[in-house]
Amino acid sequence: MANKLIVTAAPHITSADTTAKIMQRVCLALAPTLVASVLIFGMNALILTAITVAACVFFEWGYCKLMGRENPTGDFSAVVTGLLLAFNLPASMPWWMPVVGAFIAIVIIKQLFGGLGYNFANPAIVGRIALALGFTGKMTSYVFPQAPEGLDVLASATPLAAAGELGSNSYVTLLLGTHGGVLGETCAITILVGGLYLIATKVISPMIPVAYLGSVAVLSLCFGMDPVVQLLSGGLLLGAFFMATDYVTSPTTDKGKLVFGVCLGLITMLIRRFGSMAEGVSFSILLMNLLVPYIDMLTRQDKLGIAKVKKGGEAK
Amino acid sequence: MSKFLKRSAQGGNVPHEKRTSNLETVAMPLPSKIVLSMSQHIGAPAALAVAKGDQVYVGTVVGKAGGFVSSDIHSGVSGTVDSIITITAPNGAPQTAVVIIPDGEQKVDPAVAPPQVNDLKSFQDAVRASGLVGLGGAGFPAAVKLAPKNLDEIDTLIINGAECEPYITSDNRCFLEDSQFILDGIQAVMKYLEIPKCIIGIEGNKPEAIAKMKEMATQGIEVKELPCRYPQGAEKVLIENCTGREVPFPGLPSDVGVIVMNVTSVAFVGKYLKTGMPLVTKRLTVDGDIIKEPKNVEVVIGTPVQELMDFCGGFTDEPGKVLYGGPMMGTCIADLSQPILKNNNAVLAFSRKMAQLPKPSNCIHCGRCTNACPLGLSAKEIVQAYNVGNVDLLIELNADLCMSCGTCSFVCPAKRHLAPSIALAKIMMKNGGKK
Repeated sequence: MANKLIVTAAPHITSADTTAKIMQRVCLALAPTLVASVLIFGMNALILTAITVAACVFFEWGYCKLMGRENPTGDFSAVVTGLLLAFNLPASMPWWMPVVGAFIAIVIIKQLFGGLGYNFANPAIVGRIALALGFTGKMTSYVFPQAPEGLDVLASATPLAAAGELGSNSYVTLLLGTHGGVLGETCAITILVGGLYLIATKVISPMIPVAYLGSVAVLSLCFGMDPVVQLLSGGLLLGAFFMATDYVTSPTTDKGKLVFGVCLGLITMLIRRFGSMAEGVSFSILLMNLLVPYIDMLTRQDKLGIAKVKKGGEAK
Repeated sequence: MSKFLKRSAQGGNVPHEKRTSNLETVAMPLPSKIVLSMSQHIGAPAALAVAKGDQVYVGTVVGKAGGFVSSDIHSGVSGTVDSIITITAPNGAPQTAVVIIPDGEQKVDPAVAPPQVNDLKSFQDAVRASGLVGLGGAGFPAAVKLAPKNLDEIDTLIINGAECEPYITSDNRCFLEDSQFILDGIQAVMKYLEIPKCIIGIEGNKPEAIAKMKEMATQGIEVKELPCRYPQGAEKVLIENCTGREVPFPGLPSDVGVIVMNVTSVAFVGKYLKTGMPLVTKRLTVDGDIIKEPKNVEVVIGTPVQELMDFCGGFTDEPGKVLYGGPMMGTCIADLSQPILKNNNAVLAFSRKMAQLPKPSNCIHCGRCTNACPLGLSAKEIVQAYNVGNVDLLIELNADLCMSCGTCSFVCPAKRHLAPSIALAKIMMKNGGKK
């Protein structure tokens, strides 16, 4: 028996990439933004993030334990959801509220539908929207930066006079994130760094962020809005690089990603221009999440040798 | 529209380092017996041409082609037929096989002589008599391939020297050691089939082979360096990358004016025209993490795998898996008494640790399988359709186009066994919905 050879179907090797490694890379890409949020909003940012991540992992583990399923927390996907959800909260949020958001994200949106890979919408987005609708007051009381010493120095080193003329949302403050907002969406630089890291390590394809940001820029020009402010403010960058690119709830082909990104930009700008709520990014991602199965169905790749037969057939 | 929106076809980032590239081929001494399966090719099995106790010589026909798509089988040793047995092929099918005990004299059959070739017909007959099958792995009888119905439309001969599977270097050694035979073979095929152009496609990880072929190339022969990207050597992928033509499905390379031959096959044609010795030996790469002395070996077809392993120093650890061919598309053998077949180009042995595949987890819809598929198929959708038994969707997704290259399984971060499931989906399509 000991000398029996194993017989399986080919292939007999697999790549080194695993789901857990991909999720860990996303966590790593989010780390600079976490650091920035702590610098900008103080220790409360770190505590809120820790609570949200812990709650997400706990609910993921607890639900599967209750249902007698295998413990899935090793894949790090709950950590990513927790980080993203926390990044969507203002620093003044009471500590128990993210736990509610985590429950909605992990149990209701993810696990009730079958766990990783089966959720119809991005859990963090739905968690954010649920909190925004349920606790609108708390969710929109954006805290302004505490201006810790390090940052104060930085701010005074910049030509504040010139920036001041542009109003409080000057390009520089938008890039640095030293303005009011939720934890993880204010600092454009760290989000861009994280996003580029994900593209460089091929975790995400650049198609969705490029299509999304590109269409937002074009549409804001059409609507007579400042494209730079539109790109750098609100949750757009975080949404474009980290939430819209969620594998489970985005299309798989390049064609599909292009359609998805452009539609996201369109809906976001329509909400920003004509809507009354500050939820352009969240709602557009949620709406497009629901359309992903149809986009996937309509944007399949051309198969080698198949299209040709069809064309030839028509010609005859 | 730009190609990437049409079909990304990125392929798999399969490792390309090959440690036997520089190892010159060594001839293995005669084994204690050879086992010649009557089914070493695609098509009908060969019909037995010898009986127990018969005396055979090197080159003696022991199996006669059993139809048009079939091939002769020859003995690679002189000796006596010990028995006619039934062996179980790696795919589980029972096959008739001839066991020959060598007498060590290696007397050549008097019928072996350089063939008289002066036109297309005599060339095709010679190839048929040589017992040549596609040596790249498919085992398709070469004489059938060299007799396409639309011969006058064929304008390009492609020589497949991609060798994109990890570990295997036998084609690389063929380029370096049999260069003249390759050139002779190409020139013969071009001459008798009246093909004006030949492209030799070689992956960039074989710079010596590329340099050698460029140096030797004559009128009408072009050497093309291809990116190192699995599955570069898949026929349809190779044709697209060498000529830009897409082979229609269902269809054959000849439908786009192309004939593809493996480099080892064409080298054999060149050699056969000179010597008349049929296909009785094969160059193999023997490698794997538990092979003591990895080698490129020239071995008599029919040699039991066990004796080949012994020649390479045996195993350093308990074997987990032994493969015919590469780790991406190779076939597992169940025991070491299995013989070497004509279309083998490698025997790989892996430890139990390497043989264990990781446990599959949930599909995360990352789309890597879809974007890696060289043919533009969506593996995850095909597997979903298979799991729910939706044959209409399988047809819409063209699941039967899949060539089982295994790229989807390789790139899957959830380690799902996509390629085997698609193979089952193809069977389901054929059976009209039954698993």
